[in-house]
Amino acid sequence: MSTEERPLVEVKHLKEYFPINTGWFKTTPLKAVDDVSFIINRGETLGLVGESGCGKTTVGRTILHLYQPTDGEVIYDGKPIKTKEDLTEFRKKSTMVFQDPYSSLNPRMTVSDIIAEPLDVHKMYTDPKAREQRILELMDHVGLNSEHASRYAHEFSGGQRQRIGIARALAINPEFIVCDEPVSALDVSIQAQVINMFDELQDQLGLTYLFIAHDLLVVRHISDRIAVMYLGKMVELADAEEAYNHPLHPYSKSLISAVPIPDPKIARSSKRIALQGDIPSPLNAPSGCPFRTRCPYATDVCAESMPPFEEVEKGHFVACHRVREING
Amino acid sequence: MENKILTGHVDLSQFHVDPIDFAPASEEDKAYMVQMRPSSTFFKDGCKRLYKNKVAFVSLIVIILITLSSIVLPLVWPYDYAKQLGNQPGRPVDSSFNNLRPMEYAASERKRIEAGESVFPHIFGTDSAGRDYFIRVVYGTRISLAVGFFASIIVLVIGMTLGSIAGFSGGKVDMFIMRIVDIIYSLPDMLMVILLASVMRETLGPAIDGTVLAKIGSNIISLFVIFALLYWCSMARLIRGQILSLREQEYVLASQATGAGPGWIIKKHLIPNCISVIIISTALQIPSAIFTESFLSFLGLGVNAPMPSLGSLASDALNGVTSYGYRLVIPAIVISLIVLSLNLFGDGLRDAFDPKLNQ
Repeated sequence: MSTEERPLVEVKHLKEYFPINTGWFKTTPLKAVDDVSFIINRGETLGLVGESGCGKTTVGRTILHLYQPTDGEVIYDGKPIKTKEDLTEFRKKSTMVFQDPYSSLNPRMTVSDIIAEPLDVHKMYTDPKAREQRILELMDHVGLNSEHASRYAHEFSGGQRQRIGIARALAINPEFIVCDEPVSALDVSIQAQVINMFDELQDQLGLTYLFIAHDLLVVRHISDRIAVMYLGKMVELADAEEAYNHPLHPYSKSLISAVPIPDPKIARSSKRIALQGDIPSPLNAPSGCPFRTRCPYATDVCAESMPPFEEVEKGHFVACHRVREING
Repeated sequence: MENKILTGHVDLSQFHVDPIDFAPASEEDKAYMVQMRPSSTFFKDGCKRLYKNKVAFVSLIVIILITLSSIVLPLVWPYDYAKQLGNQPGRPVDSSFNNLRPMEYAASERKRIEAGESVFPHIFGTDSAGRDYFIRVVYGTRISLAVGFFASIIVLVIGMTLGSIAGFSGGKVDMFIMRIVDIIYSLPDMLMVILLASVMRETLGPAIDGTVLAKIGSNIISLFVIFALLYWCSMARLIRGQILSLREQEYVLASQATGAGPGWIIKKHLIPNCISVIIISTALQIPSAIFTESFLSFLGLGVNAPMPSLGSLASDALNGVTSYGYRLVIPAIVISLIVLSLNLFGDGLRDAFDPKLNQ
């Protein structure tokens, strides 16, 4: 396969279980991510959505090996990440942008030290002048004033702080960035600026994003494809427009019907699919399909086995036993 | 009417337009518009707040004055802390030097004054062995401060090391260290101190005889050992708690995502963020160490005679407390002054540097 066709990131049967103390000397695995497989192509943006606690962030962090995967593998650019050397190589090409611009910047470091931290960790610049030059270049890239280099993070607004975080992520010239809800903590006007910046940077630098968010409109705007997660499992994966306009999984349908529509006339005519009950505890997940306890179409089959994650239409993957009956 | 306004053309000649107003701004104008506040570091901010806190600032001055005088005065004072003034070689003991009241002179000194010589006064009088009491108090202050300072450094080093190891590694290591802390906490403090001090005096005394350490005295060494063994717990707990919460911060995760190792994370992220807590609790540890030293000396487990410490001075004064009450009052006042000002200063430091209070 040529590099053009080969996916940049390939996630195979990724599992991440956290041991939770449930009594004296007794631990129960919390299945934060349970058997998730997908690919991300070079230069594309994969949006990852789902409600709080469904394991989106854990997927992102496990791909970057911030948590050691319990099982499964991550293949980056054709090479599985197994040894320490693989990981060191991978760390030079991948990075992360965090949700909270307040806790993701060390309050005791100046902006230039924060941005240069990845450079210093990998010892990429030995000449202090070249390092300085690179810092100013990065600040310019994300629209920060170079006079701010010697300031501390607490002197900036949320949007500016997020720009500092993005500049830090760009420092090592990464190919792949995991964006963990990078705009959720910002107000709407700043969200637009930051998202457009992500778009521009992708065009300029040819970046590949895994964009985690719970705001469906943001994800639809920036993503090429959208993946929907529920309780540690992936339930649907499709092209952005397809997933947004023709969701096949009952959970995705409900999720997308909950997106607020900024036009009252259309909003009044569209029906919201309200789900019954709460999301079950991942410590005590239902047997079979995890969604069956809240699914209006659930039958006995759903309780027996986990539906396979299969391609129903071209490029449209769904994990549901009754997908054809529901949408037929 | 409305239409007229909308369609009518504007006669520009009616406006007095000065072309200079539309010229691009010169570099000077731009520089004038850019008002940059000088960047303030966390440390500078803290110092500013500390300076504004009058109580803490006065305490700091008192501490500096006491420390400086305890260092400088023994060097320039005409009397020595161990010298019995009535005990001149080759002469019978002159007991008129013993138990002088403040500013009193002994018989031989009065003769010299009458002869026109000037004699340096005994500001606080002398003790029962004829030693100048003022210099003994000054020297005792020096010993007490030194013990307090070094004991807190020992506590700091041990507490910081064990605390950060426990906090950073977590799991079984954390559990092991914290159970030791719990055990030490559950022992009665003073009982342990007295037991250890008396055991150490027996065992250490012969061992260090004839070495440099003999001059310091086995009691002071055992005092340091006691601090090293028992008093690091609260420091270790404090630092463990700090590291535990800092470890979960996203900037540590960001650092890990770039591939930084534990050494880098501790050095660049964890220690700089808890340094203020460390400084503050060390500053608060000093008075507690001084207090313990005074208490032990008072019980006779402190410094070796003739070396004075504030506690042993107070203890000695008990014998003649009915006639010479001031000998108990003076060291007591000095202890209170040191402990109070260090505590107030420590509180001021915490107010100025604790980020939780001012964010």
